[in-house]
This record gives sequence, C-alpha cells and structure tokens, in this order.
Amino acid sequence: MMDWLPLAMVLVSLVAGIAIFLLGEQRQLARTLLNLGAALVKLVLVAFLFMLIVVDRAPEFRLALLPGLDLVLRADALSLLFTTLSAVLWLITTVYAIAYLERDENRARFFGFFSICVASTMGIAMAGNLFTFFIFYELLTLATWPLVAHSGTRAAILGARTYLRYTLAGSAVFLVGLIWLYGLAGSRDFIAGGTLEAIGVDDYTELRIIFVFLVIGMGVKAALFPMHSWLPKAMVAPAPVSALLHAVAVVKAGAFGLVRLVEDVYGPELVADLGMGNLLAVAAAFTIIYGSVMALRQTDIKRRLAFSTVSQVSYIALGVAVGGMMATTGGMVHLVHQGLMKITLFFCAGIFATVLGVKHIGQLDGLGRRMPWTALSFTIAGLGMIGLPPMAGFVSKYYLGAGAIAVGAWWVIPVLIASTLLNAAYFLPLIKRMWMHAEPEQWPKPVTLSRLETGGLVVPAVITAMLSVLIGVFAAHPLSPLSWVMGIATEYFP
Amino acid sequence: MIAEALTGLVFIPLGVTLVVLLLPDRARGPLCLAAVLALPLCLLPLTEAVWTNGDITLVLAEFAPPLGIVWRLDGLALIMLWLTAIVAVPVSIHALTSFPPGQASGREFWPLWMMLLAGINALFLSADLFNLYVTLEMITLAGVAMIGIGGKALALKAAMRYLLLGLLASLLYLLAVGLIYGQTGALDIDLVGERLQPGRMAATALVLMTTGLLVKSAIFPMHVWLPAAHGNAPGPVSAILSGLVVKVSLYMLIRIWLWMAGDWELPAAATALGLLGAGAILYGSIAALIQPRLKMVIAYSTVAQLGYVMLLFPLASIEAYRAASYQLLAHGLAKAAMFLAAANILKSLGTDRLIALTDLDRKLPVDLFAFTLAAVSIMGLPPSGGFLAKWMLLEAAWRQEAWGWLVLVSVGSLLSAAYLFRVIALTCFHPGRRHASTRWQTPPRSATNAALILALLAIAAGFTSAPLLSLIDGSLPPGGIWP
Amino acid sequence: MTEVMFVLAASLVFGIGVWGLLIAEHLLRKLLALNVMSSSVFIIMLVVSGDGGTSPDPVAQALILTGIVIAVAATAFALALMISIYRATGRPSISESDDDDR
Repeated sequence: MMDWLPLAMVLVSLVAGIAIFLLGEQRQLARTLLNLGAALVKLVLVAFLFMLIVVDRAPEFRLALLPGLDLVLRADALSLLFTTLSAVLWLITTVYAIAYLERDENRARFFGFFSICVASTMGIAMAGNLFTFFIFYELLTLATWPLVAHSGTRAAILGARTYLRYTLAGSAVFLVGLIWLYGLAGSRDFIAGGTLEAIGVDDYTELRIIFVFLVIGMGVKAALFPMHSWLPKAMVAPAPVSALLHAVAVVKAGAFGLVRLVEDVYGPELVADLGMGNLLAVAAAFTIIYGSVMALRQTDIKRRLAFSTVSQVSYIALGVAVGGMMATTGGMVHLVHQGLMKITLFFCAGIFATVLGVKHIGQLDGLGRRMPWTALSFTIAGLGMIGLPPMAGFVSKYYLGAGAIAVGAWWVIPVLIASTLLNAAYFLPLIKRMWMHAEPEQWPKPVTLSRLETGGLVVPAVITAMLSVLIGVFAAHPLSPLSWVMGIATEYFP
Repeated sequence: MIAEALTGLVFIPLGVTLVVLLLPDRARGPLCLAAVLALPLCLLPLTEAVWTNGDITLVLAEFAPPLGIVWRLDGLALIMLWLTAIVAVPVSIHALTSFPPGQASGREFWPLWMMLLAGINALFLSADLFNLYVTLEMITLAGVAMIGIGGKALALKAAMRYLLLGLLASLLYLLAVGLIYGQTGALDIDLVGERLQPGRMAATALVLMTTGLLVKSAIFPMHVWLPAAHGNAPGPVSAILSGLVVKVSLYMLIRIWLWMAGDWELPAAATALGLLGAGAILYGSIAALIQPRLKMVIAYSTVAQLGYVMLLFPLASIEAYRAASYQLLAHGLAKAAMFLAAANILKSLGTDRLIALTDLDRKLPVDLFAFTLAAVSIMGLPPSGGFLAKWMLLEAAWRQEAWGWLVLVSVGSLLSAAYLFRVIALTCFHPGRRHASTRWQTPPRSATNAALILALLAIAAGFTSAPLLSLIDGSLPPGGIWP
Repeated sequence: MTEVMFVLAASLVFGIGVWGLLIAEHLLRKLLALNVMSSSVFIIMLVVSGDGGTSPDPVAQALILTGIVIAVAATAFALALMISIYRATGRPSISESDDDDR
C-alpha cells in the first residue's frame, strides 16, 4: 500500500527539477515556490516514512529492468538516516541558494540540476540493491557536472572536466565489479550483515578483487586517496553547490556506498575474513592524515575546506572498515555530523566571498566584528570539526576511538589524535584571525550594503550550526542521530 | 487479417510512393504521414499473433518457392519492424517542417522516403537470400537519393561515394547468392543452411557476402563512406540513415551468420569480425572526439556504436544475442533523436561547427535536452536502452571469461562519454564566448518535439526489457552454439 | 571444361571492373567499370547454376533478369547523380582533394 513512497521521494525532486527547466529563466517567483514546495513535500514524506519504519513496515518499490535485475527502492533504517539528512539540508540549502544566486544568470539551469542532484541522492539513499545504487550514482554524476561548471569560467570548465574524468573512470571500474559480482552471486538485495557468505565461494580471491573494484568505484566520489584530486578542483562551483557536494550529495554518496558495501553486501564478518577491512581502514587512515596535511598547506579558504572534507569523510570509511559495534556507529553517525558541520562551513565561506570578497585566509582578519553571526557559525562548525566536546565531531571521534580499542585496533588511536591536532592546526588560526585580529582598512570587495548579513544567507548557516551543536549535546536523546545509528548498528552486531 | 497486415507493411508505403508522385507538393507530406501512421496499426495484430503463436510465414500470391516469394516474421524481425515504424513517425513529423512544400526538397523527399520504408519493411520480412538482395538495393538507391536532396555539393559527392561502394558491395553479395544457389539449388535461408556443406565454395560465398554487408553497414575499416554521407545529408535523412538504414545490413549479417552458417565452426572468423567491431569502437570514438562539426561527431559515433553489434559473433551466446538485438534497437532510437536534435540546432544557428554553438542551453534548451537524453543512452549510462544493451554485453563477456571484450566495452563506453560530454560542454559552457551575439531562431515546436520523443523512447527502452526480451528469446537462431 | 573457361573469363572481367572502379577518375568510367563487374557476376551465376549447360535453370535466369533490371536502374540513377555533381562542382569526379568538412 505504501510501497510507492520510496519512489515518490525520488520523483518529487526529479519532477521539480524538470518543471524548473520548463518554467524558464524569467519565472522567478514560480521557481522559488516550486523549489521550496518540493523540499517541504519531501520533508513530509520523510516524516511519513519515519512513522512506517517505527512500526516496522519498510515500504519497497520494485521494478524488473532485466530478468534477475531489479530496480529496488526501499526505506530501511540506514536509508532513512541519509534521506532525512538530505531532505533537511536540501531545504536549508535551497533557501541559501536562492539568496546566493539572487542576481546570477542561468538560474533555471542551476536549480533544475540542483533538484535532479537531490533526486539522485534520494535514489542512492533508498537503493535496495547495488544495481539500483549504481543507476542513481551515475545520475548523480550527470546532474552535478553542470553544477560544477556552472559559472562557465575556464577554471570551472576544467574543474568540471576533471570531475567527470575521475567519476566516469570510477564508474567504469564499478560497473565491471558489479557485473562480476552479479555473475558470481546474482542480484542480491541489501540485507543487514550481507548475504555473500551464503553463496559458498571458497575462492576468496575473486571476492577480494570485486571488493577492490567496488571500493574504487565508490572511493572516487568519497575522495579516498589517491582518487581525491577532483575534489579541490571542483571548488570552483558556486558555494551552495560546494556545500551540498561536500555535505550530502557526491562525497557522501560515495561514503554511503562504502557503508552499504561493507555492511549490506559483503557483511562485516566476510570483509574481515577477506582481510579487506584492514586494507580499507589503512587507506582511510592514510587519507585522513593526508587530507589534513594538505588542508594545512592551503591558503584559499574553500580549498582548505575541500581537503578537510577529504580527511573527514574518510572517518566514515574508517569506522565501517574497523568494524565492531562502536566503531561502526562512529563511522555511520559521522555521515550526519560531518554533513551538518561541513555545510555550515561552506555556507559561511560563501557568505564571506560574496559579501566582502574574502577568499584567502589572510583576509579573514576582524571578520568577527563585521559579520558576527556568520563568524560565530563558522567558529562553532570549526570547533565541532576539531572534535571539541560536547560537539558533534567529538561524539563521532569518541565512538571511533572507543570502537577501535574494543576490537583491538590500537593503531587507530594515534591516527585520531594526529588528525585532531591537525584539525586544530588548520581551523584555529582561522578562528583566531576572525575574532582577535584587527579589521583591515579596506575589504577585498567594496562594501555597498549597510547590512552585511542578509537573512537568506545567514539564517541557513546559523541553523545548521545550531543543529550541529544540538545533535552533539543531545546525542543521548532517543531521537538523536546517534541513537538512530546505534539502533542500526545493533542489527549488524547483535 | 495477418496476411493483410503483413502486405500492408510493404504495400502501403509502396503504393503511396507511386500515388504521391502524382500529387501536388502540399498533399505529399500529409499523405505520407498518414501512411507512416498506418504502420503501427499493421504491426499490432502481427505482434499479437507472434506473441501467441510464434513465427508467421506467408507465401505471396501462392507461388511456392523457389520461384515464389516467402515472407517470414519472427520476434527479431518484429522488433526491427517496430523500430522502423517508431522512428518513422517522428522523422516524418520533423520532415513536414524541414522539407516544406513548395521547395524542391519538399517534392523529392516524400516519394523516396516511402520507397525506402517499403524496402526496409520488405527486407525484414524476407526469408530468402535473393529477396534480401533486391530489397537491400531498393534501400541503398532510395537512401543515396535522399542524401542528395537539397543539392549541396558535399552531400552529392558523399552520396556518390556511398553509391559506388554500395553497388560494389551488392555485387559481391549477389555473386555469393549465385554461388550458393548453384550449389544448393535453394535461396531460402533455412533451407540453404540445411543443404550448404561447409567447403571451399561455401567459404568463398560467406566471405563475399560478409564483405559486402560489412561495407553496407560501414563496419571499420569499410566505414569510409559513412561519416561524410551521414554528416552532410539533410537533417531527417541523417536520422533515417543512422537510425535505420545501417541496421538493415547488420540485421542481414546476423541472419546469415547465425541462421545460414549457424552450425559451422568458425571461431577464427568470428573473432575476426569481433576485432573489426573493436576497431570500429576505438577508431570511431577517437575520430568522433576530434571532429569540428556536430553532425560529424554523431556520424562517427554511429561507426563506433555499430561495432558493439559485431561483438555478437565472437561472444556467440544468448546474452550476446540479446545484447546485439537490444543495441540495434536502442541505438536506432537514440541516434535518430540525436540527428533530429542536431538538425534543429544546425537550422537554428545556420552552422553546426562546435565552436560556434554557444549558449545552447539558453537558446535551444529542449533540443539540447533531447540531445543529452539520447547521449545518455549512447554512452550506456543508466537508465536507458543503451545501458541494458551494454550491461548484457558485459554479462555475456563475463560469462565466457572473455576479459578482452569486457575491457573493450568498458573503454568504449568511456570514450563515448568523452566525445559526447565534449559536445555538451562546448555548447553550454564556453569560456570567453558566453552570450556571443550569434543570431538564432527557434525551430518549429513540432521539430523539437520529434527529437524529444525519440530521445525519451531511447530512455524508456531501459524499462521495457521484459516484452522485448521475450520476443528476442522467441527468435533464437538454430544451430548448436546456443547454450 | 567450358565451365572452367567461363568462370576464368568472368573472374578476369570482374578483376578488370574492380581495377577500373579504383583507378578511373571520371565518374562515367567508374560506372562503366561497375557495369562490367555486374556482367561478370551474371556470367558466373549462369554457369554455376543448372546441370552443366544441358538444361537451363529457370530460377537462375529469373534471378539474373532481376539483377539486370536492378543494374540498369542503379546505373540510370547513378548517371543522374553524376550530372548533379557536375552541375554543383563543375567536375564529373569525386576526388578527395577539394572536400573538407565545411
């Protein structure tokens, strides 16, 4: 009866996107209403799904594309985690983007692809098997490419081209791995704990190779080293795109895929048996350190944030790769925590750049007095990233560390400590400059407005900053992401 | 009812060919459109009949073979007939505006198009080697004449080159038919398959036929005539040639290899055909990557995409057979859509040089959208007909542990993404050239919609595999290579 | 014996046709070459069918007649196309030199 719900979740944004294209450039009011309306409808649907999940009814939409090859959209607890995050952040980012692109050209194109991008994210979240995941993963590539190239400058086009090269090459590898897996085991729905063990393949080599192929396919989007270099180059995209890209859409889609792969396709036990858990964990740990070191070396704010994403998203991979109840919880919950914090940071960076032309770290001096709300949000999110208790980042790191110890992976602790120190090293100077340094005589961009902090831009940033604090402070509350994720993790590690 | 529907498929367009010559310009388009719309109506009862009772055989005028003519309709032929009918409708709608009455082009196009349609439909129904020859000639002559519509020197020369090579190819094919008839006394494909003993004569005949058909299908390295012909023909004609005409000879190749020579053990020859396909995929894609003109990119893309069908021969298996059939269908839809969209772009801006096509997303958003959707299918991205075709091809390669072909298909998809994204990037995001004050006019809405409908169908083919596959599976070739 | 002679002669004629098609510059010559080739194909078809020339095979003759009709039609059409090319370019040839992808 409710089985159309997952499909509706995808279609709401897809239809909105197409309608926005058809409306054309000029119908601004209609576009705004459509954007916000679709985002609100989606939130209502999410609420509806929540109720269904709570009463233990997981709706499922199924359509056979080829014999034995189904398109499956299904709402389970894990997909709901990601859907909720995307739906909430979509609404907030839409508000921000409308304000951000007030006088920009090609807004119909922008918002159209923006909506399709969200539709793909929904599809990725709801995918009930690897094949469905792949379909929406590809759609996501197609929808984000025009967003990265949006400004049409040379740098934007080159950045978009790099993005496309990486992601398409990644998906070719993904596809080969997928075909291989399907040939070996047939179409398999995502099931907690994985079902691959059941096929009884004694020769683990094939399963190992497939795992590596699939990790490469997902690692490209998740920016795992050495497949990360498109991410800093894609920084040329407009700020709302960067925000969405880093917080929910592309990077998260890759990370979410890794979670699905480990937990629901192979199953944590098999991954450990294959020795692949250690491999993935080492790759993730290396990426964490590497991303942080690179972030430290950047002077451009957005590039620093980009490398910070490279580093932070690997926490998710690290958590599921290390395995065990606690670490997995830490990794999964970081999907939400990192999303909220990083979107705040990008919102703020976008505000600094459009209002005052501030793009480099050296230009941040004294911003705290000129734009207190924005600077405050940035500070909160930055401290959260470092992992200051009781912020969200601390919760993730705590569970990661405790979980690693619980399964005996002691080597993770120094990685976490080093990463925290590096986080502090690249965020604290920014915060110090904003609050403690004196204002310069002239800003990079002449100030024309009397009020610098306009509602449409600042309110979203403040809201996400507050949310990132709240989910940390109230992590023990039964409705917090952490509690939700712990519920999920008990399915894997009863 | 069945007999009428079958004859209608061929004799409605054939009759209209003659009638339309007597009509004034203004009446030609509408009459032909009506004839095209009648094709799906003929196909509906046939589809039902094939679906419930299997293959249909019709002896024309009750003359028994070999002097008489026999038509045979199975699932594969039915799919190709549907492809023809489905592509024909939007193309005709597009032609109503692109070949307006009152101009020479509006006079010439319609009778040729009807003759071509009659030829294509008759070819898909033909069950004997000589009939295939006659219908193929009909298609070639009509196709060549259509390229020359409009009288552009470049198009005329391309048409002549196509004609000369096409005639040479036909002669090779005819010679082979003569040899086969001499040895077996039969022309019916199934009968020939039973009677023809593998040997020097049979091998010679097979080589001659294959060579002829490879030339007609523009399979690398016999593709030389195709890009200029398809790239310079008038808009709807390019769509017809790339969407339908090249499929026809490939269809014959499949029939001959899998039905007539199905149980011969020819692994080396099959590998050779596969290697030609590989050459087509790689060469066509790389050539498409460096073309300066939009229609030439699309034409070279056809060269590349046809290569995938050739992989059927080395991979000989049910999955590969499904994949090849699906590829014929999906490519037909997507490529016709692409060429129609390109025709609109060319007409609207007066040029199709990629460097001059700026800001298409503002100027011709729907045409660009149609092009992009078609591109999704050509690249083999999900969900689309092209994706399912490539998926099945990869599956076939995987099952036979043919890693080389597997890598080839993946690399080919990446290359197609490279040349198509290059087009889309150049037309939307062009640094320093934004809002160049080129003049442009909006193409007629019906022309745009024609492209869009075909593109949407190419995507929709990604969701309708169940009925198509059961038709394909109902028409498996005879012979022992099918596991 | 006569069969072999015919086949050899026809092959020679076919070869001449191919040579002409490749070498000739003038389109009329190319068309003539194609016609020469088709004649050789008809000869071969006639020779290999039937039972050594004692009784003619009606099917083969019907095929060849159809083939001749098609060849005539194709030639007529090709001539018309040649004239259009001549009118459009001033030259009755399709040499590569002067076409580029304009």
